[in-house]
Amino acid sequence: MRFMIVMKSNKESEAGIMPSQTLLEEMGKYNEELVKAGVMLAADGLHASSKGARVRFSGGKATVIDGPFAETKELIAGYWLWQVKSKEEAIEWLKRGPWATGSEEAAKLERRLGPLEIEIRQVIEADDLGEAYTPELREQDERLKAQATAKA
Amino acid sequence: MRDVGVAEELAQDALVAALEQWPVSGIPAKPGAWLMGTAKHRAIDLLRRRKSLERKHEQLGHELVGAQQELAERDFDAAIEDDVGDDLLRLIFVACHPVLSTEARVALTLRLLGGLTTEEIAHAYLVPEATVAQRIVRAKRTLAEARVPFEVPRGTELAARLSSVLEVVYLIFNEGYSATAGDAWLRPELCEDALRLGRILAELVPNEAEVHGLVALMEIQASRLRARLGPSGEPVLLLDQNRARWDRLLIRRGLAALDRAEKLGGTLGPYALQAAIAACHARAGTPAETDWSRIAALYDALAQLTPSPVVELNRAVALAMAFGPAAGLELVDELTSEPSLKTYYLLPSVRGDLLVKLDRFDEARVEFERAASLTRNASERKLLLERAAACTPASS
Repeated sequence: MRFMIVMKSNKESEAGIMPSQTLLEEMGKYNEELVKAGVMLAADGLHASSKGARVRFSGGKATVIDGPFAETKELIAGYWLWQVKSKEEAIEWLKRGPWATGSEEAAKLERRLGPLEIEIRQVIEADDLGEAYTPELREQDERLKAQATAKA
Repeated sequence: MRDVGVAEELAQDALVAALEQWPVSGIPAKPGAWLMGTAKHRAIDLLRRRKSLERKHEQLGHELVGAQQELAERDFDAAIEDDVGDDLLRLIFVACHPVLSTEARVALTLRLLGGLTTEEIAHAYLVPEATVAQRIVRAKRTLAEARVPFEVPRGTELAARLSSVLEVVYLIFNEGYSATAGDAWLRPELCEDALRLGRILAELVPNEAEVHGLVALMEIQASRLRARLGPSGEPVLLLDQNRARWDRLLIRRGLAALDRAEKLGGTLGPYALQAAIAACHARAGTPAETDWSRIAALYDALAQLTPSPVVELNRAVALAMAFGPAAGLELVDELTSEPSLKTYYLLPSVRGDLLVKLDRFDEARVEFERAASLTRNASERKLLLERAAACTPASS
Protein backbone atom coordinates (compact mmCIF):
# COMPACT_ATOMS: atom_id res chain seq x y z
CA MET A 1 0.00 0.00 0.00
CA ARG A 2 1.03 3.55 -0.60
CA PHE A 3 1.24 6.33 1.95
CA MET A 4 1.76 10.02 1.58
CA ILE A 5 3.98 11.36 4.31
CA VAL A 6 3.14 15.01 4.80
CA MET A 7 5.60 17.48 6.24
CA LYS A 8 3.93 20.61 7.61
CA SER A 9 5.13 24.18 7.19
CA ASN A 10 6.77 26.22 9.91
CA LYS A 11 7.73 29.86 10.39
CA GLU A 12 11.03 29.36 8.60
CA SER A 13 9.74 27.42 5.62
CA GLU A 14 6.99 30.01 5.23
CA ALA A 15 9.63 32.74 5.34
CA GLY A 16 11.33 31.10 2.39
CA ILE A 17 14.35 29.96 4.43
CA MET A 18 15.80 26.85 2.79
CA PRO A 19 17.05 23.92 4.92
CA SER A 20 20.70 24.07 6.01
CA GLN A 21 23.34 22.06 4.19
CA THR A 22 23.70 19.74 7.19
CA LEU A 23 19.99 19.02 7.26
CA LEU A 24 19.94 18.44 3.51
CA GLU A 25 22.82 15.99 3.89
CA GLU A 26 21.06 14.13 6.69
CA MET A 27 17.82 14.01 4.73
CA GLY A 28 19.75 12.82 1.70
CA LYS A 29 21.15 9.93 3.68
CA TYR A 30 17.71 9.04 5.02
CA ASN A 31 16.18 9.22 1.55
CA GLU A 32 18.92 6.96 0.24
CA GLU A 33 18.03 4.43 2.91
CA LEU A 34 14.38 4.63 1.86
CA VAL A 35 15.30 4.07 -1.78
CA LYS A 36 17.50 1.09 -0.88
CA ALA A 37 14.61 -0.51 0.96
CA GLY A 38 12.30 -0.04 -2.00
CA VAL A 39 10.12 2.28 0.04
CA MET A 40 10.51 5.64 -1.69
CA LEU A 41 8.41 6.31 -4.75
CA ALA A 42 8.58 10.08 -4.92
CA ALA A 43 9.38 13.12 -2.82
CA ASP A 44 9.17 16.87 -3.25
CA GLY A 45 9.52 19.97 -1.14
CA LEU A 46 7.21 22.91 -1.69
CA HIS A 47 7.97 26.62 -1.79
CA ALA A 48 6.46 28.97 0.78
CA SER A 49 2.76 29.68 0.38
CA SER A 50 3.66 33.25 -0.63
CA LYS A 51 4.55 31.76 -4.02
CA GLY A 52 1.19 29.98 -4.24
CA ALA A 53 -2.45 30.95 -4.44
CA ARG A 54 -5.90 29.72 -3.58
CA VAL A 55 -8.72 29.73 -6.05
CA ARG A 56 -12.16 29.91 -4.47
CA PHE A 57 -15.19 28.93 -6.50
CA SER A 58 -18.60 30.24 -5.61
CA GLY A 59 -21.62 30.30 -7.87
CA GLY A 60 -19.39 29.37 -10.77
CA LYS A 61 -17.19 32.39 -10.21
CA ALA A 62 -13.48 32.04 -9.45
CA THR A 63 -11.77 34.32 -6.95
CA VAL A 64 -8.00 34.12 -6.72
CA ILE A 65 -6.47 34.67 -3.27
CA ASP A 66 -2.70 35.06 -3.37
CA GLY A 67 -0.49 33.63 -0.61
CA PRO A 68 0.96 33.78 1.98
CA PHE A 69 -1.64 32.06 4.13
CA ALA A 70 -1.88 32.50 7.87
CA GLU A 71 -2.41 28.98 9.23
CA THR A 72 1.28 28.04 8.96
CA LYS A 73 1.05 24.72 10.82
CA GLU A 74 -1.75 23.44 8.58
CA LEU A 75 0.10 24.15 5.36
CA ILE A 76 2.04 21.50 3.49
CA ALA A 77 5.76 22.05 3.09
CA GLY A 78 6.66 18.80 1.41
CA TYR A 79 5.71 15.19 0.92
CA TRP A 80 7.01 11.71 0.27
CA LEU A 81 5.17 8.91 -1.42
CA TRP A 82 6.07 5.56 0.12
CA GLN A 83 5.33 1.97 -0.77
CA VAL A 84 5.14 -0.12 2.40
CA LYS A 85 3.38 -3.20 3.73
CA SER A 86 1.45 -1.44 6.48
CA LYS A 87 0.92 1.80 8.37
CA GLU A 88 3.09 0.32 11.13
CA GLU A 89 5.97 -0.07 8.70
CA ALA A 90 5.56 3.56 7.63
CA ILE A 91 5.75 4.62 11.29
CA GLU A 92 8.85 2.45 11.78
CA TRP A 93 10.53 4.20 8.87
CA LEU A 94 9.62 7.63 10.22
CA LYS A 95 11.29 6.67 13.49
CA ARG A 96 14.51 6.23 11.55
CA GLY A 97 14.51 9.79 10.22
CA PRO A 98 17.13 12.35 11.28
CA TRP A 99 14.57 13.93 13.66
CA ALA A 100 14.44 10.69 15.66
CA THR A 101 18.03 9.49 15.51
CA GLY A 102 19.90 12.15 17.42
CA SER A 103 20.58 14.69 14.68
CA GLU A 104 22.10 17.87 16.13
CA GLU A 105 20.51 19.87 13.34
CA ALA A 106 17.03 18.44 13.98
CA ALA A 107 17.41 19.23 17.67
CA LYS A 108 18.29 22.86 16.85
CA LEU A 109 15.25 23.10 14.60
CA GLU A 110 13.05 21.78 17.38
CA ARG A 111 14.41 24.33 19.84
CA ARG A 112 13.61 27.14 17.40
CA LEU A 113 10.29 25.90 16.04
CA GLY A 114 8.83 23.48 18.58
CA PRO A 115 8.00 19.78 18.20
CA LEU A 116 7.89 18.31 14.70
CA GLU A 117 4.69 16.66 13.55
CA ILE A 118 4.57 14.49 10.44
CA GLU A 119 1.31 13.20 9.03
CA ILE A 120 0.84 9.77 7.47
CA ARG A 121 -2.02 9.33 5.04
CA GLN A 122 -2.89 6.23 3.05
CA VAL A 123 -3.37 6.64 -0.68
CA ILE A 124 -6.76 5.48 -1.96
CA GLU A 125 -6.42 2.78 -4.59
CA ALA A 126 -9.36 2.02 -6.88
CA ASP A 127 -10.20 -1.12 -4.90
CA ASP A 128 -10.44 0.78 -1.60
CA LEU A 129 -13.57 2.61 -2.66
CA GLY A 130 -15.46 -0.62 -2.08
CA GLU A 131 -19.21 -1.10 -2.53
CA ALA A 132 -20.00 2.59 -2.71
CA TYR A 133 -17.91 2.82 -5.86
CA THR A 134 -20.43 0.96 -8.01
CA PRO A 135 -19.66 -0.19 -11.53
CA GLU A 136 -21.90 2.64 -12.79
CA LEU A 137 -19.99 5.25 -10.79
CA ARG A 138 -16.70 3.78 -11.87
CA GLU A 139 -17.83 3.88 -15.48
CA GLN A 140 -18.96 7.46 -15.13
CA ASP A 141 -15.67 8.34 -13.48
CA GLU A 142 -13.72 6.79 -16.30
CA ARG A 143 -15.85 8.51 -18.90
CA LEU A 144 -15.19 11.84 -17.21
CA LYS A 145 -11.50 11.16 -17.00
CA ALA A 146 -11.44 10.13 -20.66
CA GLN A 147 -13.17 13.36 -21.61
CA ALA A 148 -10.77 15.34 -19.48
CA THR A 149 -7.81 13.74 -21.24
CA ALA A 150 -9.36 14.27 -24.65
CA LYS A 151 -9.60 17.97 -23.90
CA ALA A 152 -6.13 18.23 -22.41
CA MET B 1 31.69 -3.36 9.92
CA ARG B 2 34.75 -3.37 12.14
CA ASP B 3 33.80 -6.24 14.42
CA VAL B 4 33.95 -9.47 12.42
CA GLY B 5 32.39 -11.34 15.31
CA VAL B 6 29.37 -9.08 15.32
CA ALA B 7 29.08 -9.28 11.55
CA GLU B 8 28.98 -13.05 11.66
CA GLU B 9 26.55 -12.96 14.51
CA LEU B 10 24.25 -10.71 12.52
CA ALA B 11 24.50 -12.77 9.37
CA GLN B 12 23.79 -15.82 11.45
CA ASP B 13 21.00 -13.99 13.23
CA ALA B 14 19.29 -13.05 9.98
CA LEU B 15 19.55 -16.58 8.64
CA VAL B 16 18.47 -18.20 11.86
CA ALA B 17 15.50 -15.88 12.14
CA ALA B 18 14.55 -16.37 8.56
CA LEU B 19 15.22 -20.04 8.03
CA GLU B 20 14.43 -21.42 11.48
CA GLN B 21 12.32 -19.24 13.74
CA TRP B 22 9.81 -17.91 11.25
CA PRO B 23 8.60 -21.22 9.88
CA VAL B 24 8.41 -22.63 13.41
CA SER B 25 6.73 -19.73 15.15
CA GLY B 26 4.62 -18.95 12.11
CA ILE B 27 4.72 -15.21 12.60
CA PRO B 28 7.87 -13.14 12.41
CA ALA B 29 8.67 -10.77 15.27
CA LYS B 30 7.14 -7.98 13.20
CA PRO B 31 4.55 -9.38 10.82
CA GLY B 32 5.08 -8.01 7.38
CA ALA B 33 8.40 -6.47 8.29
CA TRP B 34 10.90 -6.83 5.54
CA LEU B 35 14.04 -8.71 6.25
CA MET B 36 16.22 -5.69 5.72
CA GLY B 37 14.31 -3.74 8.32
CA THR B 38 14.36 -6.69 10.68
CA ALA B 39 18.08 -7.29 10.32
CA LYS B 40 18.82 -3.63 10.80
CA HIS B 41 16.71 -3.37 13.91
CA ARG B 42 18.33 -6.49 15.28
CA ALA B 43 21.74 -4.98 14.75
CA ILE B 44 20.72 -1.80 16.49
CA ASP B 45 19.10 -3.69 19.35
CA LEU B 46 22.27 -5.71 19.77
CA LEU B 47 24.36 -2.58 19.77
CA ARG B 48 22.09 -0.85 22.26
CA ARG B 49 22.25 -3.85 24.59
CA ARG B 50 26.03 -3.68 24.49
CA LYS B 51 26.04 0.08 24.88
CA SER B 52 23.71 -0.02 27.87
CA LEU B 53 26.00 -2.56 29.49
CA GLU B 54 28.93 -0.27 28.90
CA ARG B 55 26.90 2.63 30.19
CA LYS B 56 26.21 0.78 33.41
CA HIS B 57 29.92 0.38 33.89
CA GLU B 58 30.47 4.04 33.28
CA GLN B 59 27.47 5.40 35.06
CA LEU B 60 29.62 7.93 36.82
CA GLY B 61 31.29 9.12 33.65
CA HIS B 62 30.44 12.63 32.56
CA GLU B 63 28.38 13.83 29.66
CA LEU B 64 31.22 13.90 27.19
CA VAL B 65 31.54 10.14 27.33
CA GLY B 66 27.83 9.83 26.63
CA ALA B 67 28.15 12.13 23.65
CA GLN B 68 31.02 10.07 22.29
CA GLN B 69 28.96 6.93 22.63
CA GLU B 70 26.15 8.57 20.73
CA LEU B 71 28.60 9.39 17.98
CA ALA B 72 30.00 5.88 17.99
CA GLU B 73 26.48 4.55 17.73
CA ARG B 74 25.82 6.66 14.67
CA ASP B 75 29.07 5.52 13.05
CA PHE B 76 28.09 1.97 13.74
CA ASP B 77 24.70 2.59 12.21
CA ALA B 78 26.35 3.89 9.06
CA ALA B 79 28.81 1.01 9.05
CA ILE B 80 26.19 -1.72 9.26
CA GLU B 81 24.24 -0.09 6.45
CA ASP B 82 26.35 -1.71 3.74
CA ASP B 83 26.73 -4.92 5.61
CA VAL B 84 23.01 -5.44 6.04
CA GLY B 85 22.67 -4.80 2.32
CA ASP B 86 25.22 -7.55 1.67
CA ASP B 87 23.37 -9.95 3.93
CA LEU B 88 20.17 -9.22 2.09
CA LEU B 89 21.81 -9.79 -1.27
CA ARG B 90 23.31 -13.09 -0.10
CA LEU B 91 19.90 -14.16 1.11
CA ILE B 92 18.29 -13.29 -2.24
CA PHE B 93 20.89 -15.39 -4.07
CA VAL B 94 20.42 -18.29 -1.67
CA ALA B 95 16.61 -18.18 -1.88
CA CYS B 96 16.79 -18.14 -5.69
CA HIS B 97 19.47 -20.80 -6.00
CA PRO B 98 19.14 -22.95 -9.14
CA VAL B 99 19.25 -26.20 -7.09
CA LEU B 100 15.72 -25.33 -5.97
CA SER B 101 12.60 -25.87 -8.01
CA THR B 102 10.91 -22.75 -9.36
CA GLU B 103 8.03 -23.12 -6.88
CA ALA B 104 10.45 -23.50 -3.99
CA ARG B 105 12.39 -20.42 -5.09
CA VAL B 106 9.22 -18.37 -5.29
CA ALA B 107 7.94 -19.57 -1.92
CA LEU B 108 11.28 -19.04 -0.18
CA THR B 109 11.75 -15.58 -1.69
CA LEU B 110 8.30 -14.41 -0.65
CA ARG B 111 8.77 -15.92 2.80
CA LEU B 112 12.28 -14.69 3.55
CA LEU B 113 12.44 -11.45 1.60
CA GLY B 114 8.84 -10.45 1.06
CA GLY B 115 7.97 -11.01 4.71
CA LEU B 116 4.83 -12.93 3.68
CA THR B 117 3.46 -15.62 5.98
CA THR B 118 3.02 -19.17 4.72
CA GLU B 119 -0.71 -18.53 4.79
CA GLU B 120 -0.38 -15.41 2.65
CA ILE B 121 1.75 -17.24 0.09
CA ALA B 122 -0.74 -20.11 0.00
CA HIS B 123 -3.56 -17.64 -0.48
CA ALA B 124 -1.73 -15.79 -3.25
CA TYR B 125 -1.00 -18.99 -5.14
CA LEU B 126 -4.30 -20.73 -4.33
CA VAL B 127 -2.63 -23.80 -2.88
CA PRO B 128 -3.09 -25.35 0.58
CA GLU B 129 -0.97 -23.82 3.33
CA ALA B 130 0.57 -27.22 4.07
CA THR B 131 1.88 -27.38 0.51
CA VAL B 132 3.71 -24.07 0.89
CA ALA B 133 5.05 -25.03 4.32
CA GLN B 134 6.34 -28.29 2.89
CA ARG B 135 7.92 -26.52 -0.07
CA ILE B 136 9.82 -24.26 2.31
CA VAL B 137 10.95 -27.11 4.56
CA ARG B 138 12.12 -29.10 1.56
CA ALA B 139 13.88 -26.08 0.09
CA LYS B 140 15.81 -25.55 3.33
CA ARG B 141 16.82 -29.21 3.35
CA THR B 142 17.93 -29.05 -0.29
CA LEU B 143 20.02 -25.95 0.41
CA ALA B 144 21.64 -27.63 3.41
CA GLU B 145 22.33 -30.88 1.53
CA ALA B 146 23.79 -29.03 -1.45
CA ARG B 147 25.91 -27.04 1.01
CA VAL B 148 24.98 -23.82 -0.73
CA PRO B 149 27.31 -21.15 0.66
CA PHE B 150 25.82 -17.98 2.11
CA GLU B 151 27.52 -15.66 -0.35
CA VAL B 152 27.08 -13.45 -3.37
CA PRO B 153 28.36 -15.27 -6.46
CA ARG B 154 31.23 -13.66 -8.34
CA GLY B 155 32.52 -13.38 -11.91
CA THR B 156 30.84 -15.49 -14.55
CA GLU B 157 28.65 -17.24 -12.00
CA LEU B 158 27.06 -13.93 -11.06
CA ALA B 159 25.32 -13.46 -14.42
CA ALA B 160 23.77 -16.92 -14.39
CA ARG B 161 22.69 -16.70 -10.76
CA LEU B 162 21.37 -13.18 -11.22
CA SER B 163 19.16 -14.31 -14.07
CA SER B 164 17.65 -16.92 -11.74
CA VAL B 165 16.94 -14.15 -9.20
CA LEU B 166 15.35 -11.92 -11.84
CA GLU B 167 13.29 -14.81 -13.11
CA VAL B 168 11.85 -15.45 -9.65
CA VAL B 169 11.02 -11.77 -9.13
CA TYR B 170 9.34 -11.54 -12.52
CA LEU B 171 7.40 -14.77 -11.93
CA ILE B 172 6.01 -13.30 -8.72
CA PHE B 173 5.11 -10.12 -10.57
CA ASN B 174 3.41 -11.99 -13.39
CA GLU B 175 1.31 -14.12 -11.08
CA GLY B 176 0.01 -10.85 -9.68
CA TYR B 177 -0.33 -9.19 -13.06
CA SER B 178 -2.14 -11.99 -14.81
CA ALA B 179 -3.12 -14.77 -12.45
CA THR B 180 -2.87 -18.18 -14.10
CA ALA B 181 -5.76 -19.63 -12.10
CA GLY B 182 -8.77 -18.59 -10.09
CA ASP B 183 -11.52 -16.03 -10.55
CA ALA B 184 -9.53 -12.87 -9.91
CA TRP B 185 -7.39 -11.86 -12.82
CA LEU B 186 -5.14 -9.52 -10.85
CA ARG B 187 -3.40 -9.89 -7.52
CA PRO B 188 -1.94 -6.41 -7.03
CA GLU B 189 -0.27 -7.36 -3.71
CA LEU B 190 2.01 -9.80 -5.51
CA CYS B 191 2.90 -7.10 -8.03
CA GLU B 192 3.76 -4.78 -5.17
CA ASP B 193 5.94 -7.43 -3.51
CA ALA B 194 7.80 -8.13 -6.74
CA LEU B 195 8.26 -4.46 -7.51
CA ARG B 196 9.64 -3.77 -4.11
CA LEU B 197 12.06 -6.71 -4.37
CA GLY B 198 13.14 -5.40 -7.76
CA ARG B 199 13.67 -1.87 -6.48
CA ILE B 200 15.77 -3.17 -3.58
CA LEU B 201 17.78 -5.34 -5.94
CA ALA B 202 18.42 -2.39 -8.26
CA GLU B 203 20.08 -0.53 -5.39
CA LEU B 204 22.07 -3.59 -4.26
CA VAL B 205 23.54 -4.34 -7.71
CA PRO B 206 23.29 -0.94 -9.42
CA ASN B 207 25.70 -1.81 -12.24
CA GLU B 208 23.68 -4.69 -13.66
CA ALA B 209 21.65 -3.32 -16.58
CA GLU B 210 19.16 -6.18 -16.58
CA VAL B 211 18.08 -5.47 -13.01
CA HIS B 212 17.11 -1.96 -14.09
CA GLY B 213 15.53 -3.47 -17.19
CA LEU B 214 13.36 -5.72 -15.06
CA VAL B 215 12.43 -2.89 -12.71
CA ALA B 216 11.52 -0.71 -15.71
CA LEU B 217 9.39 -3.48 -17.16
CA MET B 218 7.54 -4.06 -13.88
CA GLU B 219 7.03 -0.34 -13.16
CA ILE B 220 5.54 0.28 -16.60
CA GLN B 221 3.35 -2.82 -16.50
CA ALA B 222 2.18 -1.98 -12.98
CA SER B 223 1.27 1.52 -14.16
CA ARG B 224 -1.57 -0.10 -16.11
CA LEU B 225 -2.96 -2.19 -13.25
CA ARG B 226 -5.88 0.16 -12.57
CA ALA B 227 -6.81 0.28 -16.23
CA ARG B 228 -6.72 -3.47 -16.74
CA LEU B 229 -10.04 -4.14 -15.03
CA GLY B 230 -13.36 -2.97 -16.43
CA PRO B 231 -16.41 -1.80 -14.45
CA SER B 232 -17.49 -5.33 -13.56
CA GLY B 233 -14.03 -6.80 -13.07
CA GLU B 234 -13.49 -7.99 -16.63
CA PRO B 235 -10.02 -7.67 -18.16
CA VAL B 236 -9.49 -4.71 -20.48
CA LEU B 237 -6.93 -5.20 -23.25
CA LEU B 238 -4.04 -2.80 -23.62
CA LEU B 239 -5.38 -0.93 -26.62
CA ASP B 240 -8.85 -0.56 -25.09
CA GLN B 241 -7.54 0.76 -21.79
CA ASN B 242 -8.36 4.22 -20.58
CA ARG B 243 -4.90 5.76 -20.58
CA ALA B 244 -6.02 8.45 -18.16
CA ARG B 245 -6.05 5.68 -15.57
CA TRP B 246 -2.43 4.74 -16.14
CA ASP B 247 -0.29 5.64 -13.17
CA ARG B 248 1.95 8.48 -14.37
CA LEU B 249 4.28 8.17 -11.38
CA LEU B 250 5.03 4.53 -12.16
CA ILE B 251 5.49 5.31 -15.85
CA ARG B 252 7.97 8.03 -14.95
CA ARG B 253 9.82 5.66 -12.64
CA GLY B 254 9.79 2.96 -15.32
CA LEU B 255 11.20 5.25 -18.00
CA ALA B 256 13.90 6.41 -15.57
CA ALA B 257 14.86 2.79 -14.81
CA LEU B 258 14.99 2.00 -18.52
CA ASP B 259 17.21 5.02 -18.98
CA ARG B 260 19.55 3.68 -16.28
CA ALA B 261 19.68 0.30 -18.04
CA GLU B 262 20.47 1.94 -21.39
CA LYS B 263 23.13 4.24 -19.90
CA LEU B 264 25.02 1.24 -18.47
CA GLY B 265 25.81 0.40 -22.08
CA GLY B 266 26.11 -2.89 -23.92
CA THR B 267 23.29 -4.56 -25.82
CA LEU B 268 19.97 -4.56 -24.03
CA GLY B 269 19.02 -7.83 -22.33
CA PRO B 270 15.61 -9.51 -22.57
CA TYR B 271 14.07 -7.56 -19.66
CA ALA B 272 15.34 -4.20 -20.89
CA LEU B 273 14.05 -5.00 -24.39
CA GLN B 274 10.62 -5.89 -23.03
CA ALA B 275 10.73 -2.70 -20.97
CA ALA B 276 11.59 -0.73 -24.11
CA ILE B 277 8.52 -2.26 -25.78
CA ALA B 278 6.33 -1.42 -22.78
CA ALA B 279 7.79 2.11 -22.88
CA CYS B 280 6.59 2.53 -26.50
CA HIS B 281 3.04 2.01 -25.25
CA ALA B 282 3.57 4.17 -22.17
CA ARG B 283 4.81 7.09 -24.28
CA ALA B 284 1.83 6.98 -26.64
CA GLY B 285 -0.99 9.28 -25.53
CA THR B 286 -3.49 7.32 -27.64
CA PRO B 287 -3.27 3.84 -29.20
CA ALA B 288 -3.02 5.46 -32.63
CA GLU B 289 0.21 7.22 -31.61
CA THR B 290 1.96 3.92 -30.81
CA ASP B 291 5.23 3.41 -32.64
CA TRP B 292 4.40 -0.09 -33.87
CA SER B 293 7.30 -0.44 -36.26
CA ARG B 294 9.72 0.24 -33.42
CA ILE B 295 7.88 -2.34 -31.32
CA ALA B 296 8.17 -4.88 -34.15
CA ALA B 297 11.90 -4.13 -34.37
CA LEU B 298 12.32 -4.55 -30.60
CA TYR B 299 10.48 -7.90 -30.73
CA ASP B 300 12.80 -8.91 -33.54
CA ALA B 301 15.79 -8.13 -31.31
CA LEU B 302 14.14 -10.03 -28.46
CA ALA B 303 13.49 -13.05 -30.69
CA GLN B 304 17.18 -13.16 -31.62
CA LEU B 305 18.21 -13.01 -27.98
CA THR B 306 15.62 -15.45 -26.61
CA PRO B 307 14.05 -17.36 -29.52
CA SER B 308 10.52 -18.27 -28.49
CA PRO B 309 7.22 -18.85 -30.31
CA VAL B 310 5.52 -16.56 -27.76
CA VAL B 311 7.86 -13.69 -28.70
CA GLU B 312 7.13 -14.46 -32.37
CA LEU B 313 3.43 -14.25 -31.65
CA ASN B 314 3.91 -10.82 -30.11
CA ARG B 315 6.01 -9.77 -33.08
CA ALA B 316 3.15 -10.88 -35.33
CA VAL B 317 0.78 -8.59 -33.45
CA ALA B 318 3.21 -5.66 -33.81
CA LEU B 319 3.67 -6.40 -37.52
CA ALA B 320 -0.11 -6.47 -37.98
CA MET B 321 -0.42 -3.09 -36.29
CA ALA B 322 2.44 -1.55 -38.24
CA PHE B 323 1.86 -3.07 -41.69
CA GLY B 324 -1.72 -4.42 -41.65
CA PRO B 325 -3.48 -7.60 -40.39
CA ALA B 326 -2.40 -9.70 -43.36
CA ALA B 327 1.28 -9.20 -42.52
CA GLY B 328 0.63 -10.37 -38.97
CA LEU B 329 -1.54 -13.30 -39.98
CA GLU B 330 1.20 -14.65 -42.21
CA LEU B 331 3.51 -15.06 -39.22
CA VAL B 332 0.72 -16.34 -36.95
CA ASP B 333 -0.16 -19.05 -39.47
CA GLU B 334 3.44 -20.23 -39.39
CA LEU B 335 3.15 -20.54 -35.62
CA THR B 336 0.02 -22.73 -35.65
CA SER B 337 2.21 -25.76 -36.34
CA GLU B 338 4.43 -24.96 -33.36
CA PRO B 339 4.00 -27.84 -30.86
CA SER B 340 4.70 -25.70 -27.78
CA LEU B 341 1.81 -23.38 -28.69
CA LYS B 342 -0.76 -26.19 -29.14
CA THR B 343 -2.49 -25.36 -25.86
CA TYR B 344 -1.54 -21.66 -25.65
CA TYR B 345 -4.82 -19.74 -25.64
CA LEU B 346 -3.29 -16.49 -26.90
CA LEU B 347 -2.45 -18.02 -30.29
CA PRO B 348 -6.09 -18.64 -31.34
CA SER B 349 -7.03 -15.41 -29.56
CA VAL B 350 -4.58 -13.35 -31.65
CA ARG B 351 -5.48 -15.27 -34.81
CA GLY B 352 -9.18 -14.59 -34.16
CA ASP B 353 -8.42 -10.92 -33.70
CA LEU B 354 -6.57 -10.67 -37.02
CA LEU B 355 -9.29 -12.64 -38.82
CA VAL B 356 -11.91 -10.20 -37.53
CA LYS B 357 -9.89 -7.36 -38.98
CA LEU B 358 -9.85 -9.19 -42.31
CA ASP B 359 -13.65 -9.67 -42.10
CA ARG B 360 -13.25 -13.47 -41.89
CA PHE B 361 -15.78 -13.77 -39.05
CA ASP B 362 -16.65 -17.48 -39.26
CA GLU B 363 -13.01 -18.50 -38.90
CA ALA B 364 -12.54 -15.90 -36.18
CA ARG B 365 -15.41 -17.30 -34.10
CA VAL B 366 -13.87 -20.79 -34.16
CA GLU B 367 -10.56 -19.32 -32.98
CA PHE B 368 -12.12 -17.37 -30.08
CA GLU B 369 -14.06 -20.44 -28.96
CA ARG B 370 -10.89 -22.49 -29.09
CA ALA B 371 -9.03 -19.83 -27.07
CA ALA B 372 -11.85 -19.80 -24.49
CA SER B 373 -11.57 -23.56 -24.08
CA LEU B 374 -7.81 -23.28 -23.46
CA THR B 375 -7.65 -20.54 -20.82
CA ARG B 376 -7.82 -21.48 -17.15
CA ASN B 377 -8.90 -18.03 -16.07
CA ALA B 378 -12.62 -17.42 -15.65
CA SER B 379 -12.62 -13.70 -16.52
CA GLU B 380 -10.56 -14.26 -19.63
CA ARG B 381 -12.80 -17.10 -20.78
CA LYS B 382 -15.83 -14.83 -20.45
CA LEU B 383 -14.16 -12.13 -22.55
CA LEU B 384 -13.22 -14.62 -25.27
CA LEU B 385 -16.71 -16.13 -25.44
CA GLU B 386 -18.13 -12.64 -25.82
CA ARG B 387 -15.78 -11.99 -28.71
CA ALA B 388 -16.84 -15.30 -30.29
CA ALA B 389 -20.50 -14.34 -29.92
CA ALA B 390 -19.79 -10.97 -31.55
CA CYS B 391 -18.59 -12.82 -34.67
CA THR B 392 -22.08 -13.98 -35.65
CA PRO B 393 -23.08 -12.94 -39.19
CA ALA B 394 -25.78 -10.62 -37.77
CA SER B 395 -23.20 -8.39 -36.10
CA SER B 396 -20.81 -8.48 -39.05
